[in-house]
Amino acid sequence: MSVRETDVPSAASLAVLTEDAPADRTVTEPEGKGKAPTIGLGGRIAAGWLLLVVVLSVLAPILPIDEPTARGAGSELGLFTEGHILGTDTSQRDVFSRLIFGARSSLIVSVGAILVGLVIGGTLGLISGFRRGRIDTALSSVFDILLAFPQLVLALSLVAFLRPPSASSGTGNAQVDTSGGLTTIQILIIALGIVAIPLLARITRATTLSWSQREFVLAARAQGAKNLRIMVREVLPNVMPAMFSIALLSIAIAIIAEGGLSLLGVGVQAPTPSWGNMITDNRAVRSAPLNALFSPIAALFLTVMALNYLGDAVRQKYDVRESAL
Amino acid sequence: MPLTTTRIAQGLAALGGALLLLTIATNIIGEPLPGAVIRIAIVALVIAAFVGAVGTVGPREVARKIGQLVVVLFCVTVFAFLLVRILPGEPEDLLVPIRTDTEDPAQRRLIADRRADIREDLGLNDPLYVQYGKWLGGFVTGDLGNKYTVSGTDPVSDEVGDALPKSLQLILYSQIISLAIALPVGVIAAYRQNGIFDRFANSSAFGMLSLPNFAIGLLLAYWVGVKLNAQLPESVNIPPQGYRPFSLDSFEAFRDHFFTMLLPALSLAVGQIAVYMRLLRSDMIQTLQEDFILMAKSKGVSNSRVLWRHALRPSSLTLVTVAGLSIGTLIGGTVVVEVIFSIPGMGQVIARSILEREFVTLQSCVAIVAVAFVLINAALDILYSILDPRIRNVRA
Repeated sequence: MSVRETDVPSAASLAVLTEDAPADRTVTEPEGKGKAPTIGLGGRIAAGWLLLVVVLSVLAPILPIDEPTARGAGSELGLFTEGHILGTDTSQRDVFSRLIFGARSSLIVSVGAILVGLVIGGTLGLISGFRRGRIDTALSSVFDILLAFPQLVLALSLVAFLRPPSASSGTGNAQVDTSGGLTTIQILIIALGIVAIPLLARITRATTLSWSQREFVLAARAQGAKNLRIMVREVLPNVMPAMFSIALLSIAIAIIAEGGLSLLGVGVQAPTPSWGNMITDNRAVRSAPLNALFSPIAALFLTVMALNYLGDAVRQKYDVRESAL
Repeated sequence: MPLTTTRIAQGLAALGGALLLLTIATNIIGEPLPGAVIRIAIVALVIAAFVGAVGTVGPREVARKIGQLVVVLFCVTVFAFLLVRILPGEPEDLLVPIRTDTEDPAQRRLIADRRADIREDLGLNDPLYVQYGKWLGGFVTGDLGNKYTVSGTDPVSDEVGDALPKSLQLILYSQIISLAIALPVGVIAAYRQNGIFDRFANSSAFGMLSLPNFAIGLLLAYWVGVKLNAQLPESVNIPPQGYRPFSLDSFEAFRDHFFTMLLPALSLAVGQIAVYMRLLRSDMIQTLQEDFILMAKSKGVSNSRVLWRHALRPSSLTLVTVAGLSIGTLIGGTVVVEVIFSIPGMGQVIARSILEREFVTLQSCVAIVAVAFVLINAALDILYSILDPRIRNVRA
């Protein structure tokens, strides 16, 4: 029975991602498993769904759908009402169109944030795992400290102080513009990206640590390759699959985080629709039209599940070990 | 003499733990014990941890860990303190509870006075490290500073003192619900590995992990709080919103407390159930392959006894750790769930202070959460190596 690493904060934040294939755990050779290289039927469905969401949200402006902010004249609510496949919401806006435009902002925020996290966190993790020693100790402590804050609370603090003061907060407090002219979407990308940095950095570091020990790194060094070259040309390509699988899972977390932040009033701001603010607009469960509440929840659920599924599949395919997390 | 130190540590830990639980329980009931009890509990627990750790990993390792802990606590509090100070704008601008965009000279003078008062009160004219020292001193002794309102000041500790028990209740209930469901499901899934039940449990766990807690909350609020509630008899009222304090005054009040907490606790629990279930299942599958299980079976011990008595305990170590660590995740989750279900807990306080940019409250709340999280990590680290000798040996 293997003894798990009790690397504490990462276990907390990644408990969600914990995989449960005990048989795989003994395999340490990343390419030695000889697993089928396909991602299976489930993987294809998941990839198909994601592709659909991406294509629809890219093409949103040229699709023959209503403007997401246009208010209809009719008072009809509910599914399959005239001209609206998914009906209209509390403000008579077309739910289907908002869903597609919402996918657009939800994807921009989450993918953008994870790209920020990957570039910064990945670089730091790579340096930290490759150079080791003092740099590693210093960087790892910083990540540990950042991970000591619940992610949502950290994101909320960052967003709240980066965003321009809204007139509607109505507290009477002196409002100081600390936003520096950023749009809400840019602020969300920065804040969620910062929150993602320590997590992505830790995973990159752990994977880098094990790959830097390999013979081909030694061989490259013996041939006189410089550190930078070894890092970029030898280690990075091998670390990529792990980063990719965690990136998929992190995008899912970021989509959820945008939803949570919307409910707290600091998500993507109206009139731009996002899945988060669609849920928030229609959260009065006693009175809101169900199609307007459940459609974004369903879209969010399916997308998150597809991302989780693909992330897991990629991880199993490249056998990113749980202990590396 | 490892045996005696372990015994002492266990005794003290049991005493401290019991007192701590008692304190938490009485706090939730609303008739707290004298403060001395919680101090005794904490002292007993700290000594127990210290003695136990010295006995198991040796004094040098303990000194190193304590050093680490102190450094992390220092950094976490500095970070919480600085989080709001490093952002642009003068802190007192964020705190003056009157609109500053006025032209009236009398009003402007009032604002200037108020700003000077706040600067004075917060010690903003001191260097940053002095401010940090003062704030930390207050934080440790339970003085969290003041919230500035139009009419004067409110101590932050009052607000936090009101809110904290409600969030603790929510976290406690959701942990109880998730463990109560995850334990049997995980054990049975592991016992009939790859059976129908296992497959079903696994795929539902996957779905549960993809459903964020606010979505679960809203779905439950609608289907249970509105739809089902309309069908239920008058005495069973599970509302989609609202909070009733825990009370032993009457049966109705007692019952209503649990009815109002049911849906929020459940929305937090769903994700945890999936995590715990999968963890327990995978650990259990490994344990069931061990020799002592075969031994027990060959002695003719019944299946259920093997599962619940022999296999569960060694399989639950990771679960215990993760259950403790999830408290950090749950604190994040409570922020959103409390807003959805209108429960006036820490989440609401954090959300409010962030939206109002009221940083005195915010830095204390963030610090409380982060310090609690670090301390839980440290405690679990020690507990873990005491519980499982194999890890002790690996570490040493």
